[in-house]
Amino acid sequence: MLKPFVIHEPQTPHQASELLNEYGWDATVYAGGTELLLVMKEGLASYSHLINIKTINEIHTIQLVEDDPTLRIGAGVTHRTIETSPVIAAHAPLLAEMERSLANVRVRTMGTLAGNLCFAEPHSDPATVCMAWPGASFELTSTDGIRQVLPDEFFIDLFMTARQENEIMTAINFPLLPSGTGSAYRKFVLLERPSASVAAFVSVTSDMITSARLAVGSVGPVPYRATTAENLLVGEKPGEDLYRAAAEAAASAADPVNDLYGSVEYKRQLIRVLTRQALQQAFERAMGVERL
Amino acid sequence: MNIQPTFKLTTTINSIPVDAEIETRTLLIDFLREHLGLTGTKRSCDMQICGSCTVLVDGKPVSSCTTLAYEVNDREVLTIEGMAQNGELHPIQQAFLDEYGLQCGYCTPGMVLATAALLNENPRPDDTEIKSFLSGNLCRCTGYFPILNAVRRASERISKEEG
Repeated sequence: MLKPFVIHEPQTPHQASELLNEYGWDATVYAGGTELLLVMKEGLASYSHLINIKTINEIHTIQLVEDDPTLRIGAGVTHRTIETSPVIAAHAPLLAEMERSLANVRVRTMGTLAGNLCFAEPHSDPATVCMAWPGASFELTSTDGIRQVLPDEFFIDLFMTARQENEIMTAINFPLLPSGTGSAYRKFVLLERPSASVAAFVSVTSDMITSARLAVGSVGPVPYRATTAENLLVGEKPGEDLYRAAAEAAASAADPVNDLYGSVEYKRQLIRVLTRQALQQAFERAMGVERL
Repeated sequence: MNIQPTFKLTTTINSIPVDAEIETRTLLIDFLREHLGLTGTKRSCDMQICGSCTVLVDGKPVSSCTTLAYEVNDREVLTIEGMAQNGELHPIQQAFLDEYGLQCGYCTPGMVLATAALLNENPRPDDTEIKSFLSGNLCRCTGYFPILNAVRRASERISKEEG
């Protein structure tokens, strides 16, 4: 049985941060509970104060901010809402695609995207996609103010992020992809969470790759950008040999761990295959061969 | 505003209003099984993977093993006990029976409720949609094909009734 706790229902991010200031280590942010309650049930963590941020009205919306243009997803938005949102389908279909395959429908119904990112479980689907998404950023709010953090600064280690003790994530920002950019997310899943996953974003102008972003997730404590592979791609013409070379580079850059999800060599092979598939799909989408 | 470790929960379970003095740490599955005696909801993996403990909250499927009862305050919960009406099985339950969509029956309450959630939002799902939606409900007896048949049949019957 869980240890007893008080549930706080703040109305604003500022109030949530005040509560975190007040109770410190004895408090935690509570949203969907899909990750938090699991570790509390296992006795791996216990808190006397849960700060339920779902009572903050302003964090439940998905907004299209026109000037940048950027999709702003509030921290209270569930995976399932993103999966089924017409705004997401129209402007960031890769997010819907990723959400559709995340865990199962019950987890997606309760769990939030922000909660997944803040928990920083090493097999997070969204973490890998955010890491590769051009210009994606996380908005953190506290009584000290609001700051934007980039994914590669945010994910520090397993279950460890740059979020300070008194901060809550209030939104995730996804700049819309420019035309000529294709995106893909490929993963291999044996259990509920991926053994390996790859997100790819490529921009193509007159048959030439002008930019590429590749992130590999689930094989180590945090997702990593496969920058050597990215550099191989830029300035080249898309093709099978190129995908293979990039996939090899992405696999070489990995530092996988042996665990229940697979051996080091197995994971490296998964990265090779998934990177090649993700690049091919991203190119086809960039060229309009396949509509996402 | 804060909710003390013991608080008054006001909810609706299977269309019946329920008030109860409970602890914030009470999990929904324990509230249903221990406080209300609704033991149709089954605990199995206890980590949101197997789907045995699936109940619907405002029509949406959740794992009651990893949901606080606090979350159903002012909401409507549907458990397997609320499916049959006036002594008649719900068409989904009847379809599971007709298609042999169960053997030991332990996963069945969760399967039936997950199917109800699916058909609520998509009365005529294709096979891909059925498999995707039910992929988080595990059955170790049937091999899934009879379950797939049961969902297809339930969908046909419900659409016909409503059509």
